[in-house]
Amino acid sequence: MPRVAGWGRQFVPGRERFSENLEAASADAHLLRGLGRSYGDSSLPAPGCPEVLTTTLADRILRFDDAGVLRAEAGLSLHTLNRLSLQRGFFVPVTPGTQFVTLGGMVASDVHGKHHHVAGTIGRHLRALRMRVADGRTLECSPTEHADLFWATVGGMGLTGAILEVELQMERTPSPWIYQEATRHPDLDSLMGALIEGSARWPMTVAWIDCLKRGPSMGRGILYVGRWAEPGEGPATPPRWTSGRIPVPFEAPDWALAPTNVRLFNFAYYHKQFRQKTAGIVSPEAFFYPLDIVDNWNLGYGRGGLTQHQAVVPREAGATGVRRILELLTEASAASFLCVLKDCGEEGEGMLSFPRPGISIAIDLPVRSGTPAVIARLNEAVLEVGGRIYLTKDQFTTPEHFRAMEPRLSAFLEVRRRWDPELRFRSAQSVRLFGDPPFGSGEFHP
Amino acid sequence: MNVVFLGASRGMGRALARLLAMRGDRLFLLGRDGEELERCAADLRARAGRDDVVVGQGACDLLDTASFAPALAAANDALGGIDAVVVTAGVFAVGDALHADLALTERMLQANFTGTILFCEHARTHLLPRSGQLVVFSSVAGDRGRKPIALYGASKAGLSHYLESIDHRFHAEGLRVLTVKPGFVRTGMTVGLPEPPFAGEPDGVARRVLAAMDAGKPVVYAPAMWALVMWVIRLLPRFVMRRVGF
Repeated sequence: MPRVAGWGRQFVPGRERFSENLEAASADAHLLRGLGRSYGDSSLPAPGCPEVLTTTLADRILRFDDAGVLRAEAGLSLHTLNRLSLQRGFFVPVTPGTQFVTLGGMVASDVHGKHHHVAGTIGRHLRALRMRVADGRTLECSPTEHADLFWATVGGMGLTGAILEVELQMERTPSPWIYQEATRHPDLDSLMGALIEGSARWPMTVAWIDCLKRGPSMGRGILYVGRWAEPGEGPATPPRWTSGRIPVPFEAPDWALAPTNVRLFNFAYYHKQFRQKTAGIVSPEAFFYPLDIVDNWNLGYGRGGLTQHQAVVPREAGATGVRRILELLTEASAASFLCVLKDCGEEGEGMLSFPRPGISIAIDLPVRSGTPAVIARLNEAVLEVGGRIYLTKDQFTTPEHFRAMEPRLSAFLEVRRRWDPELRFRSAQSVRLFGDPPFGSGEFHP
Repeated sequence: MNVVFLGASRGMGRALARLLAMRGDRLFLLGRDGEELERCAADLRARAGRDDVVVGQGACDLLDTASFAPALAAANDALGGIDAVVVTAGVFAVGDALHADLALTERMLQANFTGTILFCEHARTHLLPRSGQLVVFSSVAGDRGRKPIALYGASKAGLSHYLESIDHRFHAEGLRVLTVKPGFVRTGMTVGLPEPPFAGEPDGVARRVLAAMDAGKPVVYAPAMWALVMWVIRLLPRFVMRRVGF
């Protein structure tokens, strides 16, 4: 039986259907999917639905004018767009931590990035979407046209209809290079203080944390800040693109992620920042997408796969909320190479958009038998401080926890019902978290 | 280079047209669906960052032989002469269902064999005065009679045979002919088919075809491994081919 999975490699029955003509293919689709980089089950077919429509062959650019207005089919990858746009002096105004995502997926997740505190999410930069909605119509929506559909779709995890085309305003860049500074910080208070102070002065910030360190060094890490380099600051030649150069050919054995090995990696990564502070010019790829150089790095988490827990801790909760999450991780010995803090700015208008003012903390976790319990404890900590999780990363949150942390859900579901009263568009995640019935489960009463 | 492209809107044709446009070649697009051609032209212009990479587009259908001459004449006028004609269009269908559907079989044979060859005959008259290049996508399916692809393979075998023949016949007069033999490539055309080893991606095939065009080669397999695979398959004795399922 064919199986399909997200980036976390938690497989479910189903197959991908590819088409170069999304408009025709979406006529009978129940869910669309891009490059499959959402970690959990948001791009997986709902139980009882045999397939998901994959958009990656529908990747035509329909307009890219001198003012930076881009319109493209939903399957266009950010990787392709970056290569093209940087040559022309533009860059996507908001980018997530990988460029192996599609425009449609970016909208459905309302992605954010290292510049959220100044640029917001991708939704802020969208001009319009072309969609096929549940009753079969194709229509244009925007902040002024069918605005309810538009803002429910931005961050709506593909549950409001099929995104066929995306139009957004690109950002003009002064050069194709990034000026970056990196500073080492010995504990959480120092790191978070520097992150918040850095965000006041820099357009791009992110911090890596050694999340297995206990005691006074808990939360030690490296802060990266950056901005687009001015003309003449970087090399005269454009950067070379290196994504996917290092392959991971097979699943790593489970012992590879033993806590001792992760501690060793984290020790080495922390101390590779030999000086307390370094500065220099780096490529956008090295700055925005450091993991993309390794192809299929998710195989490194072994047969069990991985999940990511990403939550935003509201600003008023301060370092206490972040510290509590780190304590839970160290108590559970939930080994992870990747633990990232980001400063989030104002909340966007997407009805289920993830970011809100505060600190986002993202942790990759290998999936083992105890992982759902670890996620539950992390979510209880998030609930205590009034935070919320990022659906794009989620696989194990319970519906009770999700509803408790998402007071916006009922308003979203109301708009969704207006456009899709019979819930034609469903995902494995919407069945798990939103209470959607599986396909073929009997009569549906909206 | 001035290129007439029949089939640029999908799969390997789309990938090859993008490479040609991005290096600055001038294209005239031919196809059945005007709206698809418009979107394809917009994509090529956006990727190349120049409007003049696509000088025009016109209607042409491999099942309508009367459309060939006016389409090529319009392309010749718009481009001011044709240096290369690329044909990636065709009809793909395999399996037992095809044997039971004679209408589809006829359409496939008409498009892949009669239509493509007649189109090439028209194209040849435009290419010969400029020592131009004819690039036609045939298939590894034409290299050996095989169970699952009897009809599709027959159409491509005939096409490959024709392309080799006109290469022999007109090479001395300056015509360069490139027969492209793709193996299994992940495109909209092959979705749902069981994937064999050495499956390729359209972008990789396009890069290999472009290199072969520039080198003036007569035949190219893509991905490259399929040259070896088909060499082995051609050597297999008939009693083996009767037993195996590929």
